[in-house]
Amino acid sequence: MAINHLAPDKTEQFADNIVGFARALRAAGMPVGPGAVIDAMNALPVIEIGNRADVFTTLEAIFVKRHEHALIFRQAFNLFFRASEEWKHMLDSVPLPDQAKKKPQAGSRRVQEAMSQPKMTETPQHQEHDLRLSVSDKEILQKKDFAQMSAAEITEALRAIERMRLPQAELLTRRRQPDPRGLRLDMRRTLRASLRTGGDIIDLHRLGRIEKPAPIVALLDISGSMSEYTRLFLHFLHAVGDARKRVSVFLFGTRLTNVTRALRQRDPDEALASCSAAVEDWAGGTRISASLHNFNKLWARRVLSQGAIVLLISDGLEREADSRLAFEMDRLHRSCRRLIWLNPLLRFGGFEAKAQGIKMMLPHVDEFRPVHNLSSIQELITTLSRPLPPHHRSLIRPAA
Amino acid sequence: MTSATNTSGANTSVVLPASVDAMLELLTSRGYLAERSLATVTYLALRMGRPLFLEGEAGVGKTEIAKVLSAALGRKLIRLQCYEGLDVSSAVYEWNSAAQMIAIRMAEAAGDTDRDQLSSDIFADRYMIKRPLLQALEPDVAGPPVLLIDELDRADEAFEAYLLEILSDFQVTIPEFGTVKAPHPPIVIITSNRTREIHDALKRRCLYHWVDYPAADRELAIVKSRVPGISAKLSQQVVRFVQALRNQDFYKSPGVAETIDWATALSELDARSLTPQVVGDTLGALLKYQDDITRMQGDTLQKVLKEATSEN
Repeated sequence: MAINHLAPDKTEQFADNIVGFARALRAAGMPVGPGAVIDAMNALPVIEIGNRADVFTTLEAIFVKRHEHALIFRQAFNLFFRASEEWKHMLDSVPLPDQAKKKPQAGSRRVQEAMSQPKMTETPQHQEHDLRLSVSDKEILQKKDFAQMSAAEITEALRAIERMRLPQAELLTRRRQPDPRGLRLDMRRTLRASLRTGGDIIDLHRLGRIEKPAPIVALLDISGSMSEYTRLFLHFLHAVGDARKRVSVFLFGTRLTNVTRALRQRDPDEALASCSAAVEDWAGGTRISASLHNFNKLWARRVLSQGAIVLLISDGLEREADSRLAFEMDRLHRSCRRLIWLNPLLRFGGFEAKAQGIKMMLPHVDEFRPVHNLSSIQELITTLSRPLPPHHRSLIRPAA
Repeated sequence: MTSATNTSGANTSVVLPASVDAMLELLTSRGYLAERSLATVTYLALRMGRPLFLEGEAGVGKTEIAKVLSAALGRKLIRLQCYEGLDVSSAVYEWNSAAQMIAIRMAEAAGDTDRDQLSSDIFADRYMIKRPLLQALEPDVAGPPVLLIDELDRADEAFEAYLLEILSDFQVTIPEFGTVKAPHPPIVIITSNRTREIHDALKRRCLYHWVDYPAADRELAIVKSRVPGISAKLSQQVVRFVQALRNQDFYKSPGVAETIDWATALSELDARSLTPQVVGDTLGALLKYQDDITRMQGDTLQKVLKEATSEN
């Protein structure tokens, strides 16, 4: 258990261990640079290596730079430095603990996968199931457990995030900043600059308006017919929320839940776990019209006031499609800058808007797009990255 | 825009209320019939020297309380109306560039070449235009003023962050001038209509209170005190009608301000009691969305009206 005196070969093995551990952390998605490894090498001889808690604290202080990573670090440490007789080099095969009886902690699968043999698995292609047109009427009140996200998927998602070119210039705010091509004079800076020359030279300093990306509000359908996609979209929204500050996320099935705060946690697993804790009706039926009504009544004024783009992610399979649905869609459309409907059903080539609900909703959206895998999410990002078309709406609406 | 008004006119500062009851009495004496909970948080805000953060639907009397408070305490009311793009130059201070330019030219004409002297001259107090936040930090003979930061949700996050600094230290640093610190912190009241969520950091520094629609009996008292000369029967019907409207699922329920408006409108029209005709004609004083007005036609109107005019 305790290693009191490190023999030279032990020290070498020890250095290997640290390097291996750092690689494992990196593979699990933590940013660990060579500098941190060198720090760890230098720090460990200073403390008593026999004391596992001290080693943990020391390594944590060196490798963990953000609170969100503490969880991953703890699990990686426990897996890597088992309290065994000797320190094994475990990078190639980590016996997975028996977790059949207890729910794996968020992040654990990622750490295990990162430490086991690296498999170059691609993100599994989604099976094309038959359309499940039956919307269950009874509300299934259950806590749905997210399948833990794999390291491969995380990497894929991270790559997707890196490729994201989120909208830069969309909304002109009324706040100003120095800009040589600006239209307004910055008298204060002009004066201060001219004072340097005793008022002889007056160099004009100008102000231009600051541009800010528009806020995004996502309404995500989590009814049974959407269940295959929910997790993927939540990951996407989590990523978008990381990249830009103003993203609100609502989930709706039979009721509407605001999960914006739950999604703010930086670790996607933790974020998704707290989302699932917040929502009570995973994979129940859909009541789009009632959910939209609630959103319009309780939230629209609070999150749409800054010229937001709304992403409505739903298959539009609504049992109770009536004029109310059209009315609520219209209201939503009129209270946001742009309404984009993302529908996974569009992946079918011969998709036609036959369902009553879809017909009701279609006239009230600015854009109707497929979204069912990473590539269509990529396309969506491209769309969001284009400068918005000028904001005009025809006053004459097609009759719903 | 921004304005600072002295509502009291008198420079006699009133002693702060010593209990919740005293606070309630103080507000009532000025015609503000507050719920006890609102009087409690207001009293606490004054005692603890913390800003009071009032959130609620439009027209429930959030702004009004600041006006009443300043009048009742004999303090100056300084109002900062927020809007998108509100920045330091319109909220805190601004240099009077035109006057400074003239001063520079005058110095040149007089042959002054001492640059340091010149720059300290033109960044003096008299070239500074003080905006509400700076005014609120200045000492006042009547005691610290009431600073009303109205509809903070309309300003952007950057302004909110700036405000954090002011609300924690009650001081402003002006690069060319120095630091201005309030000898006694002002009484700060912040209102928000929740058109966006205000950041937690700011709320944490304040006492928070959600101002709700008043109950029927309180609203009746408010109408009677605000619309003098309205008949008892009509005022009762008006309040009942409005209360019934709030139970309906409207996009925008009428606030107390709308109730007072409507009651005033009805008494201007010499209405004795509510009839479908008179209600239909004046509904625009209560409901501000076409969808809501359309919903209030025919059966719904009859039903609510019947409820409001029944004699029990």
